Amino acid sequence: MAIKEELQKQLIDELVVESLEGLDAFDHEILVLETGEQTADTWNNAFRIIHTIKGSSGCVGFGKVESVAHVGESLLAVLRDGSLTPDSNTFSSLLRYSDALREMMRSIGQDGVEGSADHSQLVSDIQALHSGLTGAKHGNPAFGFFDEEPKAPEALSDTPMDAPTAAPLAATTADKEDTNASHPAGSQAPKGSISDSAIRVDVSQIDRLMNLVGELVLARNQIVQSTGQDADPAHVAAVQRVNLITSELQQSVMKTRMQPIGNVWSKFPRIIRDLCHELGKDVALVMEGNETELDRTIIEAIKDPMTHIIRNSIDHGIEHPEQRVADGKPAQGRLSLRAFHEGGQVNIEISDDGHGIDVGRVLQKAIQRGVVTQEQAARMSQREMLALVFLPGVSTADEVTNVSGRGVGMDVVRTNIEKIGGNVDLHSEQGKGTTIRIKIPLTLAIIPALVVTCGDDRYAIPAASLVELVRIEGDQVDKSVEHIHDAPVYRLRGNLLPLVHLAKELELTALRHEEEAMFLVVLQAEGRQFGLVVDGINDTEEIVVKPLGKEMKGLSVYAGATIMGDGKVALILDVLGLARRAMLLDEGSRQSAKDRDGIKAPDADNETRSLLVARVGANRIAIPVSCIARLEEIPAGKIEHAGKLEVIQYRGRIMTVVRLASVLGIPDGASPAESADSERLLALVVCALETSNLGVIVDAIEDIVEERIQIEIREGQRGILGSAVVQQRVTDLLDIKELARMAA
Amino acid sequence: MQFCTFYLGKDLFGVAVLDVQEVVRQQEITHVPLAPGVVRGLINLRGNIVSTIDMRRLLKMPPLDDESQSINVITRVAGALVSLLVDHIGDVIEAPDDRFEPVPSTLGSEVKHIITRVCKLPGNLLMILNPERIVEFDRVNLPVPIELHKDRAA
Repeated sequence: MAIKEELQKQLIDELVVESLEGLDAFDHEILVLETGEQTADTWNNAFRIIHTIKGSSGCVGFGKVESVAHVGESLLAVLRDGSLTPDSNTFSSLLRYSDALREMMRSIGQDGVEGSADHSQLVSDIQALHSGLTGAKHGNPAFGFFDEEPKAPEALSDTPMDAPTAAPLAATTADKEDTNASHPAGSQAPKGSISDSAIRVDVSQIDRLMNLVGELVLARNQIVQSTGQDADPAHVAAVQRVNLITSELQQSVMKTRMQPIGNVWSKFPRIIRDLCHELGKDVALVMEGNETELDRTIIEAIKDPMTHIIRNSIDHGIEHPEQRVADGKPAQGRLSLRAFHEGGQVNIEISDDGHGIDVGRVLQKAIQRGVVTQEQAARMSQREMLALVFLPGVSTADEVTNVSGRGVGMDVVRTNIEKIGGNVDLHSEQGKGTTIRIKIPLTLAIIPALVVTCGDDRYAIPAASLVELVRIEGDQVDKSVEHIHDAPVYRLRGNLLPLVHLAKELELTALRHEEEAMFLVVLQAEGRQFGLVVDGINDTEEIVVKPLGKEMKGLSVYAGATIMGDGKVALILDVLGLARRAMLLDEGSRQSAKDRDGIKAPDADNETRSLLVARVGANRIAIPVSCIARLEEIPAGKIEHAGKLEVIQYRGRIMTVVRLASVLGIPDGASPAESADSERLLALVVCALETSNLGVIVDAIEDIVEERIQIEIREGQRGILGSAVVQQRVTDLLDIKELARMAA
Repeated sequence: MQFCTFYLGKDLFGVAVLDVQEVVRQQEITHVPLAPGVVRGLINLRGNIVSTIDMRRLLKMPPLDDESQSINVITRVAGALVSLLVDHIGDVIEAPDDRFEPVPSTLGSEVKHIITRVCKLPGNLLMILNPERIVEFDRVNLPVPIELHKDRAA
């Protein structure tokens, strides 16, 4: 029984995969037919695809798919014979028809059922086309059949009547050209001998193979190293062979993961056709370099960003035909996609011949949104201004359409591309068009990385974010590293480079000795550069990226882990995550100041700090407002216990709370009778940490002040950063991070 | 049902034997800064990177004097591998169904969360662990991730 079910599931999975592939091919054929460039086989191919889907789904008992497929098949049959001449309605209906089948197939793939969408309207439309009643029902080609009210039963009634008779027919008297139709397990659209020479392999199987090859490479390295010169020549020869075979095996396995970029591009003609219809534009798509190969994970990752860029180009870039003619351009716009290999990377260019980006308007919008100031704008180069479109909130579209223009697009595009170690570049000439160039690595599985040391461990930094390496001699360090407020900076060829200490960000205790040289790794993230201070720089290596377990999913500073040549594990740093972590506090404080006063963010060298002053016993404690999420009052009875920790239920989550008085060893003001009272209200400061919140109980909240303060660092008391004079009184500054560690 | 058993101090714990892939000696561990305290680090298990969870830290027990003697119990949890770091390994025990009792409510909260039931063995008690609960520690210790402000003004 169980085996039978498994077999059934396997059949269904194959059916879904094959049908979805088939439907993509079907779309392609229909688009070819619409342009009138068909060959004798085009209708045949389209017919065959649908025929296969019908037969296969009937075999595994999906009657609904079968009956819908059947209607289209009948229409395709008359179209193929030439007894009906298609018009643009016919093509639109056929594409909607393929969407409906696709929808049902996806639903089968996900839930195992055909879904509840009602396709009766579509079915009757297609039947109407079939019987020559074209046009009558097709005043509005853009109607959505999924939203249609369920039709009266009679609209559906003729399909079930057809279906049972059609199924056995398909199985027994199936077309001569496709005898496979009734055997879903073996069926594939017959495209010559490809179906015989190719097999379908589960991706996880390839990943496992990749893993094993990685291990083999490590073992090979060890063997090669341990084979000395005086070893037996036969042994040396064997090691040599193992060496070569391993390298070759590694390359072959890598190649199995590669797919041509055309796999993604094949979706674009359809998207562009639909968009052009919707917007009343005429655009020709030119694709070059379809066969350029990329790792499949990267192919997946660039699909959405590319779709977005293409929609942008058509919506905003390319003008309406009348406008184009008026501007002296050909009425038909041109969108070209180009992909090619260059220097171990893949370049993708998306260019249109539209009206380009209006730099002035971008700038105006950016100033309006407060992204840049007038003064900054005046100093910007043309290129920098163009790069503004990658910032959130900047859109040049005058109105928001459902296609694009909400100003959230291009920054997401850039973030997504950078996530896979690529970068985006934009050129635009007003009146001539826009070109967006994306550079991405060939594969994510094996990347070049710089290995650095910090503390006792090694860390790998993806070379894609690497700009340069700087070594500062020990006696130069004090002179070259300057401080703005408390943020260290380094003058790199006259420009100030903010410094981030890796040991500090990772909360490692190991610190550089005074007299040693300092190593700076200059990194780039989201268009900003910063210098990462590490203890040592080892080497660049090709590393195999492996994911971290879900126990460590919350750690945004790591992109994964890898296994080094000696078999030890090293963490891979996520440059973007690291930059965000390092700048988090800085941004938080800016945000809060802006929110409260509605003023511009203070400059980094302004020493003013917003502090919340609270009373604990007789002491005054200050907490930076930037760390505070909310202020609450809770009854003492709400505090519960989890292990040794005191916790409360806060917004549906469990939050650790600490009583500042007991943590700092200060006697609090409450009498024993008061402490026992579960109704007594406690003042709770909810502090936002990196990944969690921490509740801090104080005796009373006194004030929020904004003052220039000078902190006297005081050692010895954990949880206290130091003291400062606030409102003419000595006040202790709380170290929230330290406090969280003490509570854990 | 059969259980793979191991000791933490004097206490005997067990995990369903089918959930255990293998038992290996102490491996070289790579420390993961910023990770939750119970995660000791990462080990290389024939090319797979596996997180090790220090069961003593999870159960709030004092650390061993000689941690290099710890044993990794490689356990499958929700399709992934996790290593449970324990003091030493016991036998595989066949426990009859009628010997089980629910967890007494007097148990400490950190223990109660990960123990599903208790088996009465002759002269000893076997605490049955639920591996899925073990990797859930982050939900207890690390609540609400706060929204990061993506302020990227130049």
